Amino acid sequence: MQTLDMAEIDLREMNATLHAQAENTNQTAWEIENPRGAHAIACGLDAPIEVTVKGSTGYYCAGMNKQATINIKGSAGPGVAENMMSGTVVIDGDASQYAGATGHGGLLVIKGNASSRCGISMKGIDIVVHGNIGHMSAFMAQSGNLVVCGDAGEALGDSLYEARLFVRGSVKSLGADCVEKEMRPEHLEILSDLLERSGADARPEEFKRYGSARELYTFKIDNAY
Amino acid sequence: MTDTTDSAPRTTIDDGAPCTTPIQSATFSNPINAEIRRAAATGIYDIRGGGAKRKLPHFDDLLFLGASISRYPLEGYREKCDTSVTLGTRFAKNPIKLDIPITIAGMSFGALSGPAKEALGRGATLAGTSTTTGDGGMTSEERGHSNKLVYQYLPSRYGMNPDDLRRADAIEIVVGQGAKPGGGGMLLGQKISDRVAEMRNLPKGIDQRSACRHPDWTGPDDLEIKILELREITGWKVPIYIKVGGARPYFDTTLAVKAGADVVVLDGMQGGTAATQDVFIEHVGQPILACIREAVRALQDLGMHREVQLVVSGGIRTGADVAKAMALGADAVAIGTAALIALGDNDPKWEAEYNALGTTAGAYDDWHEGRDPAGITTQDPELMQRFDPIEGGRRLNNYLRVMTLEAQTIARACGKSHLHNLEPEDLCAVTMEAAAMAKIPLAGTDWYPGKPNTSY
Repeated sequence: MQTLDMAEIDLREMNATLHAQAENTNQTAWEIENPRGAHAIACGLDAPIEVTVKGSTGYYCAGMNKQATINIKGSAGPGVAENMMSGTVVIDGDASQYAGATGHGGLLVIKGNASSRCGISMKGIDIVVHGNIGHMSAFMAQSGNLVVCGDAGEALGDSLYEARLFVRGSVKSLGADCVEKEMRPEHLEILSDLLERSGADARPEEFKRYGSARELYTFKIDNAY
Repeated sequence: MTDTTDSAPRTTIDDGAPCTTPIQSATFSNPINAEIRRAAATGIYDIRGGGAKRKLPHFDDLLFLGASISRYPLEGYREKCDTSVTLGTRFAKNPIKLDIPITIAGMSFGALSGPAKEALGRGATLAGTSTTTGDGGMTSEERGHSNKLVYQYLPSRYGMNPDDLRRADAIEIVVGQGAKPGGGGMLLGQKISDRVAEMRNLPKGIDQRSACRHPDWTGPDDLEIKILELREITGWKVPIYIKVGGARPYFDTTLAVKAGADVVVLDGMQGGTAATQDVFIEHVGQPILACIREAVRALQDLGMHREVQLVVSGGIRTGADVAKAMALGADAVAIGTAALIALGDNDPKWEAEYNALGTTAGAYDDWHEGRDPAGITTQDPELMQRFDPIEGGRRLNNYLRVMTLEAQTIARACGKSHLHNLEPEDLCAVTMEAAAMAKIPLAGTDWYPGKPNTSY
């Protein structure tokens, strides 16, 4: 276990040390002590390493992550795991706005609640929230899966593309072009895999699925001629 | 404007009284009425590219004074007149050094064909300058053909990934665009081919309307943290530009510098390569002439002029425009529409085909429809074949060289050994509007409207 203490080294040195880990590094386990809400902790990683952040983080922790597994022992600030490509990010506490924004791949697990715009513009990432999510979540979400074990706030899935949204609790309101859809066997399969991998205590049958009505995909033209 | 017609066959009505001449309304003009009819028929606003087409105060309204007894000129062709510029000297470990101060503005693969992007890369590389990606990610062809490539970071984040971020020579965070400050991108279904759809992770053939705001930051304080993240991901190596439309140049420039930009890119409303609503293009944003001095004033007030570089765009066409923009305080310029025209867009040789599309060479602006006869703004494989990227690169390089020589000609005439030595004192204005906007004295006077401590 390697330890990086942010009371002793600055952000640049901390990230540079993690970025220096190659594909075949033997130093696979890292702990970050005293994060104290710093921004951009462990962003841009690209190696199969495991990083445990022992506290809460500021903006963009684990941003653009590839391959790495990052576990935040506290809560995460805005844009956690934004644009993640692959790997896994697990937050033991809550996540602020835009969690998993524009993520292309990998798995983001939020064991507490997520704030507004969770999964905004997601492009293939899987996000599992054990608690509730805030308003405008999955806005313009393109692909991937958003699983919410609690409730969803207003305007869920506004202007949605092809992402799948699964919510166990209530949905305060659906956004433009977002509709409830039939849960087919293949969806239950995806859901049960995600619930299992994220350690969520919920059964797939308890969820409803939401998706795009695809009515905003093309301009409506009243071409009378 | 009143329009009288002399082709009316009758000059008297039946009782012998003279006819009145038919007069077209200046308010309800023929183009306006045609647009009303088009809107009534289709129920959708007009979408186009081409930038603001209305007449605006522009660089044409400024002149250089040249040398005289009080200032002596440099010999054309013989005495040195440097054109190089370094962008990103504030924080980046690897600033971009360009041979000429004319860069290629962001235009997406998607909006442009792959061969057209390749030609931009070839021409810019020959001329010693940079190209810029667009709202569709970075293609390997583009990276391969551009020696210096600026990677745009846009609200949509289509194709955004850390590998391309790290292989870029600079990152441009796009906050706004001159043609549509406050608007997002548009790419209509005809251009969402399989490859474009895959790069953007969108269903094929949809009418794509990109977000206008970034998904994970909202104001200048957030932006500062976003820049920190991008610098950490790229190891503080590459410059970070911030691109803004010509909305509130003094405040936008101030906030961009405060947020940590290395370079501010300022795009006026004549910026033409964005597809959006005609009403947006013609009625939102300011002409570039009105923006440059305000942006420079912001940099000077912060003590950052020349340390944070200013790149201006939106209607740059000639070496004179380049020289004037630089005399007003810009460090470099960017071209979009002009580059497409150099490649062969809107060339009269395709007139018959432009006519078939209901337009004429020079006026063709439906680039978003993907039917470009010149094969540049299209994803149609047959049309694309008309365009030769090697010949396109040669033409762009030639055009960039001519503009550079023109700007040097003017700089030498003003006695300047570097384009950056051009200054507002080298200019006069020929219209009151340009004098006010550029804060340049009206020709023959030492006054411009709004000059401090003066009255009418």
